[in-house]
Amino acid sequence: MATDSRPLLSRVADSLYWMARYMERAENVARLLEVNLHLQLDLPLDGNQWQPLIDACGEAPLFKKRYGEATQETVVAFLAQDREYPNSILSCLLAARENARSVRETIPSEMYEHVNGIYLRVQEQYAKPAEELSPEVFRDLRLSGHMFQGVTDATMSHNEAWHFVRLGRQMERADKTSRLLDVKYFMLLPSATSVGTPYDDLLWSAVLKSASGFEMYRQTRGTITPRHVAGFLVLDHDFPRSIRHSIARAVDSLDVIRAGSNTQYESVNLLGELGRELEEMEVDTMIRSGLHEFLDSLQLRLNAVGAALQRDLFALRQLKQTQTQTQTVGAD
Amino acid sequence: MLFDAYQTDSFHDEMFHADGTVRPEARLLLETLQSLGEGHLQRSQHAAERMLLQMGITFNVYGEAAGTERIFPFDLIPRIVQAKEWERMERGLVQRIRALNAFIDDIYHDQKILKDKVIPEEVIRSAASYRPQIHGINPPGGVWCHITGTDLIRHGDGELYVLEDNLRVPSGVSYVLGNRDLMKRTFPEVFEGLRVRPVDDYPGNLLETLQSLAPESCEDKPVVVLLTPGMYNSAYFEHTFLAQKMGIPLVQGSDLIVEDGIVWMQTTHGPRRVDVIYRRIDDDFLDPDIFRKDSLLGVPGIVDAYRRGNVTLANAPGNGVADDKVIYSYVPDMIRYYEGEDAIIPNVPTYLCWRDSDRQHVLQNLDKLVVKAANEAGGYGMLVGPHSTKAEQDDFADRINANPRNYIAQPTLALSRVPTLIGDRLEGRHVDLRPYVLYGRQGIRVLPGGLTRVALRKGSLVVNSSQGGGSKDTWVLAGGDNGN
Repeated sequence: MATDSRPLLSRVADSLYWMARYMERAENVARLLEVNLHLQLDLPLDGNQWQPLIDACGEAPLFKKRYGEATQETVVAFLAQDREYPNSILSCLLAARENARSVRETIPSEMYEHVNGIYLRVQEQYAKPAEELSPEVFRDLRLSGHMFQGVTDATMSHNEAWHFVRLGRQMERADKTSRLLDVKYFMLLPSATSVGTPYDDLLWSAVLKSASGFEMYRQTRGTITPRHVAGFLVLDHDFPRSIRHSIARAVDSLDVIRAGSNTQYESVNLLGELGRELEEMEVDTMIRSGLHEFLDSLQLRLNAVGAALQRDLFALRQLKQTQTQTQTVGAD
Repeated sequence: MLFDAYQTDSFHDEMFHADGTVRPEARLLLETLQSLGEGHLQRSQHAAERMLLQMGITFNVYGEAAGTERIFPFDLIPRIVQAKEWERMERGLVQRIRALNAFIDDIYHDQKILKDKVIPEEVIRSAASYRPQIHGINPPGGVWCHITGTDLIRHGDGELYVLEDNLRVPSGVSYVLGNRDLMKRTFPEVFEGLRVRPVDDYPGNLLETLQSLAPESCEDKPVVVLLTPGMYNSAYFEHTFLAQKMGIPLVQGSDLIVEDGIVWMQTTHGPRRVDVIYRRIDDDFLDPDIFRKDSLLGVPGIVDAYRRGNVTLANAPGNGVADDKVIYSYVPDMIRYYEGEDAIIPNVPTYLCWRDSDRQHVLQNLDKLVVKAANEAGGYGMLVGPHSTKAEQDDFADRINANPRNYIAQPTLALSRVPTLIGDRLEGRHVDLRPYVLYGRQGIRVLPGGLTRVALRKGSLVVNSSQGGGSKDTWVLAGGDNGN
């Protein structure tokens, strides 16, 4: 760790990590909704492209129970406005803000003001009925998410605390990109292998746009094929939302964090191993061995890294682990 | 226009003389205000309120859902204190804090002031904020009152009086700094031509004060932290603000652990030793080992570490004994006893209900007096006689008779007023003033400014934020042409 850093409380590290994850999560949900609202203008009336959004978030059973049929209105209400659903945009922003509030002394004022400002604005915007929420409000949130990252990178020292923020952001990104691809790939694949329809390109483009990656994809891959889309979103070296890129940056940050200590961290090993595998992975191998199996195991491994981070860095530890006279500390 | 219908009524107005002419120190401000275009002041006021919310300068209201903090209402018209008057206030505060500190040290050691019968022993023993567990502790530098927020008021006679001492965990200083920042951002034109003393160096001075009083055994640069009850405490914003401006970790009880009389904080790389704790937790909740057993906010063993001289706690536990409103009435005697001087800023005359003669007077005049519980703060447990109903007076009479030691009474003071924006024009509203005093190893420093709290409801005398109060920027002028 650089010499200028001050000690970072475990609780604060935990909150910084989750502040970043929730901001990133809110932005991802907003992007999904924005893209889908645009997409429906181009599609025939009979296709229901709202249910897949719920599937991509892994919430089909809960949604069915609470809302029944997936329509624009119910899906927007659920994913954007529902305060009882912990991963709705509103819930994520509240959680990001509460985490930011608990570390206000660690982050620059600009950062807190930004998170607070987004929350206050979105809370006002989303107070109307779901059908009146335009793509514009989701675009607005996506831009706010980018600005949050900009403010973070430009005003906060790139110290241990900052690396926890980046770690959270990258872990969330890798997770969300893998979920998006997992669901969309298998939903769209049959039509891609059988007779192509004019809508195929449109739907695959939407997948790329959901990861803000359409233009960058074109520059390196050109025409749209399922294989290339999967390769781009998982293994692209340079695209900032590809899984490989996200994990590589997460590894960088965790290495910096680890450098402050001589303890062995399980999280460092797990994440490092994943990073190395992605570096060496070929797109054909990945698809041949089963994309779904690959993405499924990736998500499990990301969860394992998260649990290891909790044990290694966030949990409160006992002071004298070697002695019998120890004092228990309430972890809450 | 703004001042067209302005009346000082029969009150002391901080901006105007009784005959309606402007006080010299406020002339420039008045001219600026009069030159503003229609609606300018209201627009600035709205901008300031939006900014407060966006900046998150808020307080929590207990019992409301997460994400619903409120702003402390802010009024744009500043309260001006001229240089000469400030100089006297400053001397008065330094004198008072020095005497109070000597008193607390005496109470937890030899109790000379009791043996010499200046204060009855019974008054100390019956004070709810007296902590016998603290006896014999020697805080570093002999300082018990590191940070004090004394409440001053100006009565109708134009004199300043001390209303309360607030030695325990005084809050509000973040609003002093926030209000100034806000004024500069939304209303910069009013500063022109005035030499207003800056308040921005408070966090730096606070840090210096805390570092200077680290335990003598601490050899390296002391590790200073701010201990908060957590983000649902009403003053949480202030805790984050001060920690951020001082660049120190903001810790909760669960982040700290005591072993063998040493305090550690839990970091990502294991435990780190802590030397100085600016604690914003009341004595009661500080250490479940010796104070309230049910406290989940505190740190078991922290007072033991303090007693052993391994950590500094600011403010020192037990110092609240001098906050007791009965003991308050003896502060002028303390100043004479420890300093050999008369108090520069007088106390408000106070009736002690445990004295039979005083109690008779209080009970017969409940409709005229202000009655306060001896151990309460924040405007709770209080009766403002002239604004009370007969039923409320009867209720207080019962409470006083049941527990006379716990009640004092004071005349209803005609708090001075400052013009305040109400709708589209200015009206006089009652104010008090809370300056902040730091006591470090090098001595006592008073922040040139303070929190001017204003009772926004017409006629109200209660300025507390929990009771419909707001605040104003406080301008202490530097000496010179317009400062005197």
